[in-house]
Amino acid sequence: MSFQHQHAAHCESGVISNLLRHHGVPMTESLAFGLSSALSFAYIPFVKISGLPLIAYRMPPKSIIKGLMAPLAARFRFETFRSADAGQQRLDGLLAAGKVVGLQTSVYWLPYFPPDMRFHFNAHNLLVYGKSGDEYLISDPVFEEPVRCASADLARARFAKGVLAPKGLLYFPEAIGRQDVSPAAVRKAILKTCRTMLAPVPIAGVRGMRMLANKVAKLPPADAHTTAFIGHIVRMQEEIGTGGAGFRFIYAAFLQEAATLAQMPQLTAFSDRLTTIGDTWRAFALKAARMVKGREAVDPAAIASKLRDLAALEEAFFRDLKAALP
Amino acid sequence: MDIDAVPQEGNATLGGHRKAMYARDAEGRIVIAPSRGWEAEEIVTSHAVDTLQAQAAEALAQVRAGTASPLAYWMYVCRMDVALLSQTSGFWQWRVRRHLQPAHFARLSAKQLARYADALGKTVDQIRQVPTP
Repeated sequence: MSFQHQHAAHCESGVISNLLRHHGVPMTESLAFGLSSALSFAYIPFVKISGLPLIAYRMPPKSIIKGLMAPLAARFRFETFRSADAGQQRLDGLLAAGKVVGLQTSVYWLPYFPPDMRFHFNAHNLLVYGKSGDEYLISDPVFEEPVRCASADLARARFAKGVLAPKGLLYFPEAIGRQDVSPAAVRKAILKTCRTMLAPVPIAGVRGMRMLANKVAKLPPADAHTTAFIGHIVRMQEEIGTGGAGFRFIYAAFLQEAATLAQMPQLTAFSDRLTTIGDTWRAFALKAARMVKGREAVDPAAIASKLRDLAALEEAFFRDLKAALP
Repeated sequence: MDIDAVPQEGNATLGGHRKAMYARDAEGRIVIAPSRGWEAEEIVTSHAVDTLQAQAAEALAQVRAGTASPLAYWMYVCRMDVALLSQTSGFWQWRVRRHLQPAHFARLSAKQLARYADALGKTVDQIRQVPTP
């Protein structure tokens, strides 16, 4: 079967859904995202990216792929390599055997990315589905069309060093036990997301949002670092992994699918409610961006108060969602 | 977000590409809609790119004034900082900081230069100098 590329909002959920569809599983990006309980929030002040704390709106890299193993009774093979040569040989061997292979790469070394998007982010996923001459045929889900990449560039991207170094990671399914998704798996996945968002730890879920709000409130308004910090919150929300609204819209799409799939019509209302929360995130991003651009005075207290509002909205949302599950 | 609200503002940082977004269509179903980009996202991305470019420009001036080594310039050109260059080159951070000084940089062996060149994806000849004005 020839490979069908489909445009997606986020790399990991896009890669895994494209890969599963290639193997006959009717998987959408949003279903993959929801079923692996990938929605989250985390503020990790002790991990720094270019001097700014790690802020994530989803679970750590690889958790989407791993989270789908149990619901689909699937087994994937993951391989890392010591040398770029060994990694390339193995990739070529798998392609020659007709496999479609997932890779973890660094965005910075992929020449087909627009220059302004090329930051040192090491957990970008893509699929390789063939090779033509020295170029790999790549299905990068965040691009509308398949792309190509020279082998030397791809080797660099696969063996980039630093935080989350991919070490040439490649993966492909060895066995997929079931093609459909059970209502029980959907329920379990939603419960897990509720637990993550309401977790009793200070850096995760709605508590993480409040901790971030407290941190922002203390920043001095006139400092360049404050502007960079506020911009960073939005960049993590909008650009890295994309999805707008910090993945809230993808999860809303999942809840809509889950309502039909698991025969839980009550989820439709929750989907609408989360879409509204996503819109609130976008309003937050716009306000923050205007401050970064200097169209509005930088006001850390206002940003903090918006974050606290969002935390309150999401806390109520996930409490109600948990209560609405059978 | 409704489908007609999907931003099509031509975000320059996307380089003409469209990104997928999830939005509600007329029947209330959430579908994927391609977006040409959003102002807010363009602002924060360009802000981050501008910050890096300003750092590179500042380093370039310092190299020309003889107060920084060419490594400082190339580090910022490659969108890195000391922590990241330390991870990618394998030198400890305090050594990287030293090598940002011209005197220490001048004493680097060919092998050490090659490690930096490899980490930055440049040739040794490239990283030994900076562009002439």
